Amino acid sequence: MAGRTVSAKSQRLILAGLALVAIVGAGLVAIPALEGTATYFYAPSDLAANPPEPGARIRLGGLVKDGSVVREDEGLTLAFTVTDGARETRVRYTGIVPDLFREGQGVVATGRIGPDGGFVADHLLAKHDETYMPPEVAKSLGRTGMMHQTGSLAE
Amino acid sequence: MIPSPAELGHLSLWLAAAAALVMAAAPVRPALVGLARPAAVAHGLLLLCAYAAMTHAFLVSDFSVSLVATNSHTAKPLLYRLTGVWANHEGSMLLWVLILGVAGLAVALARMPLGETFRARTLGSLGVVALGFLAFLLFASNPFARLDPAPPEGMGLNPLLQDPGLAFHPPTLYVGYVGLVVAFALAVAALLDGKVGPAWARATRPWVTLAWAFLTMGIALGSWWAYYELGWGGWWFWDPVENAALMPWLAATALLHSIRVLETRDALRNWTLMLAIAGFTFSMLGTFIVRSGLLTSVHAFAVDPTRGLFLLVLLLGLTGWALLVWALRAPKVAEGARFAMTSREGVLVVNNLLLMALLAIVFIGTLYPMALEAWNGRQISVGPPYFNATTVPLIVLLAVLMGVGPFLAWKRGTTSGLSRRLLLPGLVATASAGAMLALFGVSGLLALLGVAASAWLAVASLQLLLRRGLTFGRAGTALAHLGVAVSILGATASGALQREALVSIPLGDGFALSGFTVTLDDVAPRAGPNWTALEATLSVTRDGAPVATLRPQSRTYTSPPMETTEAGIAMWRAGDLYAVLGKPDGSGRWQVHFWVKPLIHFIWWGAVLMALGAVVALGGALRLGALARRRRALPAPPAAVPLPAE
Repeated sequence: MAGRTVSAKSQRLILAGLALVAIVGAGLVAIPALEGTATYFYAPSDLAANPPEPGARIRLGGLVKDGSVVREDEGLTLAFTVTDGARETRVRYTGIVPDLFREGQGVVATGRIGPDGGFVADHLLAKHDETYMPPEVAKSLGRTGMMHQTGSLAE
Repeated sequence: MIPSPAELGHLSLWLAAAAALVMAAAPVRPALVGLARPAAVAHGLLLLCAYAAMTHAFLVSDFSVSLVATNSHTAKPLLYRLTGVWANHEGSMLLWVLILGVAGLAVALARMPLGETFRARTLGSLGVVALGFLAFLLFASNPFARLDPAPPEGMGLNPLLQDPGLAFHPPTLYVGYVGLVVAFALAVAALLDGKVGPAWARATRPWVTLAWAFLTMGIALGSWWAYYELGWGGWWFWDPVENAALMPWLAATALLHSIRVLETRDALRNWTLMLAIAGFTFSMLGTFIVRSGLLTSVHAFAVDPTRGLFLLVLLLGLTGWALLVWALRAPKVAEGARFAMTSREGVLVVNNLLLMALLAIVFIGTLYPMALEAWNGRQISVGPPYFNATTVPLIVLLAVLMGVGPFLAWKRGTTSGLSRRLLLPGLVATASAGAMLALFGVSGLLALLGVAASAWLAVASLQLLLRRGLTFGRAGTALAHLGVAVSILGATASGALQREALVSIPLGDGFALSGFTVTLDDVAPRAGPNWTALEATLSVTRDGAPVATLRPQSRTYTSPPMETTEAGIAMWRAGDLYAVLGKPDGSGRWQVHFWVKPLIHFIWWGAVLMALGAVVALGGALRLGALARRRRALPAPPAAVPLPAE
């Protein structure tokens, strides 16, 4: 029986070792994948101060500037200006515009900086309901002191 | 003066907290053990009273209750006044503790073959968890807070939530979470007793199976809702809130399989206990992620920082306690039985390791953005590119092993006859991948692997189902595995064969996409009970014959004022034609986004099959327990714990 006990104990050790290998292996796969695919958040001021690598997919957030929204390309493309109070970036987006997108409200656009220096978005996230704003936008506006300008941000 | 129902509900909540305190204290002293059952019964009944009082307030639109005033409206349909109770932060936490209370009631009233001390210890852990959540409710999110004077009308419910798919998504998920809490409480009791073996596994497995079935359905409902209600054309976004439900599901899936090994072979004792604790931890983490509002998400709910902090402390306290119990007591649990690595236990161990790796990957991807922001203030988002690249290969590997595992014998390392059994699945898998490549021109490696893995697993599961001597347990396994195969096929095919078009066209114009001709016939105003909309009429034909008429809407709700996009969806074969209408831009042209999504329904049918498999296995476990009881006239305690009437 003694031999059996030792074997059961070593089997337990092997299992614990395998579990460790699985978790560490997952981490080793995950971290490089994260580095390669994570999209960083930028406010227009960040773009100017610390531009992303050319062609990198990023998220750009801020408020849609009043009076800046125009349609191009027979209505398929939307062009507008994102502002954080200090700097502005022009954004072009082709697709269905989200329900809550409107001038003066928060928006997060995902895409890349185009060759002309404008931002080409493939995805837009607007506020999810009337009292909610994307937290990153609220934070970046807080930095530039623009928070007080929109009433809904008081939430 | 007679107190109002809302006041009685509030009182019940406080009394339930007192009962939870008794439950938590009862196992500490032998003299108090007898109090555990009555306390758990009182706790469950009091929470039922509190919940009934809140439901009453919603039904009669008692706007003196702040929660009702903020989330309901007299014009709201009856169904959404009932489900409106949990379609908000405080109410959903109330539903959470109610389900926990009912689970406690079931543990108190069911047969307990492991003894009264064990029962008291189980109820004690449930009492600790209940106490934590009741404290959170009473001090940081009181659902019975009053308004004086009461407003004449409520503010209404977010229209995105006025939907049958989402109305039943939270309760389903919560039953799953609470099932894992009960499994955890049983694990803590087993650790304290030091008696971890087949009897414990038999008593715990029904809870795990129940939790797994409900988590599966809850996640599927959420995914289905996001698909047809958000109008983004996708069914899974790797959103933190989705991952919050996926992580407990992965832990529960691993637990479901390891507890089977423990029950049959008395092996993997500590591992199973660890998984029970992990399942609980991820249920807590899931609740925390959804309710704290710390994450950018399509549906980040609570944004009150004190609530987030309270929940964080609660999460750390409960999981810290769970891990402490495990760390202190686990070394005292004796080793279980040995087995060969090519036995069924061996494959189940590999299954568990793969599921743990998947869990770690999802965990890192979900929490890394939060950790990075806390570390250096950089805000990042981790999305589908990361999750798809890392999880899909592991899922394919899992599916391959799932086809093999059920054919292996317990304990022994023999593989004779295996290659004969696996010949047919292998042939069908190769043929399916070849057909995808040749007939549909799909050349993506992951898509081909996905189709092959799905065909492999489907054929192997059907073989399992058709083998002689079918038991409830084996039928359950085969159905659940078949469900996984069906879901993988739906996910792979709807992605690889999807076609889409984005156009801006005037009325009467049309466009063509992969054999379909779509014409924009009309755009007209429509009115519903609490909304108005612009509705497009899109007629779809194929080879000149009409296929479907899609009516996507751009809808505006009145209370609260809000615009939503209602996709126009028509089923075509086992897939969908899916259209979204853009906002009018005054130019006379209309934006239309149109998708063809073959086989997408398979994703949710697969989930239904999985849950059905769990129910069959559960029925088997319970009925076989009853049969054994009758035959042996109760010499040894064989039975399973009967389940709450859900």
